[in-house]
Amino acid sequence: MKVGVKILPKNEVLDSQGRAVENTLQHHGHKLSGCRMGRYVVLDLNETEKSRALARATEICEFVLYNPLSETYELEVLP
Amino acid sequence: MKPVGVVRFLGTNCDQDVFDAVAAVGLKPKWLWYQDQFDRRDLAAVILPGGFSYGDYLRSGALAARAPVMKSILDAANHGTPVLGICNGFQILCEAHLLPGVLLKNDSLRFRDGWVKLRRVGEASAFCNVKESVHLPIAHGDGRYYVEEDQVKQLFDDGRVWWRYEQNPNGSLDSIAGVLNDKKNIAGLMPHPERAMFSYMGGTDGRDFFTSLAL
Repeated sequence: MKVGVKILPKNEVLDSQGRAVENTLQHHGHKLSGCRMGRYVVLDLNETEKSRALARATEICEFVLYNPLSETYELEVLP
Repeated sequence: MKPVGVVRFLGTNCDQDVFDAVAAVGLKPKWLWYQDQFDRRDLAAVILPGGFSYGDYLRSGALAARAPVMKSILDAANHGTPVLGICNGFQILCEAHLLPGVLLKNDSLRFRDGWVKLRRVGEASAFCNVKESVHLPIAHGDGRYYVEEDQVKQLFDDGRVWWRYEQNPNGSLDSIAGVLNDKKNIAGLMPHPERAMFSYMGGTDGRDFFTSLAL
C-alpha cells in the first residue's frame, strides 16, 4: 500500500521559497494571497491494511521525514 | 594526549581543513567514519565539520543525524565529551536533537559566503575560551537559525546562545550564529573557524576554537 506524505513549513515559519515563488507570480499578474512550498513523499509500504500502513507512515514521519519545530505533515492513502 | 575525532559523512567537504586545523594547534586529529562506532574514552573531543552530508537531501543534516556514528557521538556527548558542530555539523547536531532549534533556508534564498563579525554571548563553557569578538568566514545556504519564540528567551537566560552575528547575514532569529546544549559540552557554530587559522587565510581568529578543545 502506498501512503503519500505532504510536508509543509509551519505557518509561523517564514517560507522563503514559497515567498520567492509568490513574488514571481505576483510580478506576472497572478493575484494570490499566499504561496507555501513543501515536499511530497510517497512511501511504498509492505502493508495491505490501511490502519497498519498509516501507523507505519506516522512512525517514519516522526523518525525523520519532518521536523516538528518547523514543519507539519499530512498522510493520505494512495490508490 | 587523546586524539580529537573528526567525523566524515558522505558529502562532508570541510573535513580536511578541520583535520589540519586541529593539527595546527598542536592537537592530534583522528578520522571517524560515519558508518563506524567508536569508544568515547578514546577521544578528547569530537568535531563534525561542514559540507553537504547526504547532499542536503530531505533537510540539511537530517539523514546524517541518523547515521551509525551518531550513536557513539550521543554516548560521548552524554558523558561530557566536548562535541563541536561547524556549519553542516551544526545542522546535524540540531537534527539529532543534541542542540535546540533548526537551521532553515537563508531568508535571502541565496548561498551566503564572506567574512562576518561575531560577538560572543555565552561564558560558562570550555568552548568560550575564545575572545569576545571574532571575524570568521561563513559559507551556507541553510543558516537561518530558528526556535520557537518562547524558547529564545530561555536560551538567552540559560546562557546557551553562544555567538551572535553583528550583521545578520541569513535571517537568523536574534542574529544567533551558535548555540550550546544545557550542559555546555555540545556546541554548534555556523561560521567556519577552520578557514581562519593563518594570516594568509585572511585572519587567525579561528585558532582559539580548536585550542579550547584541549581543555
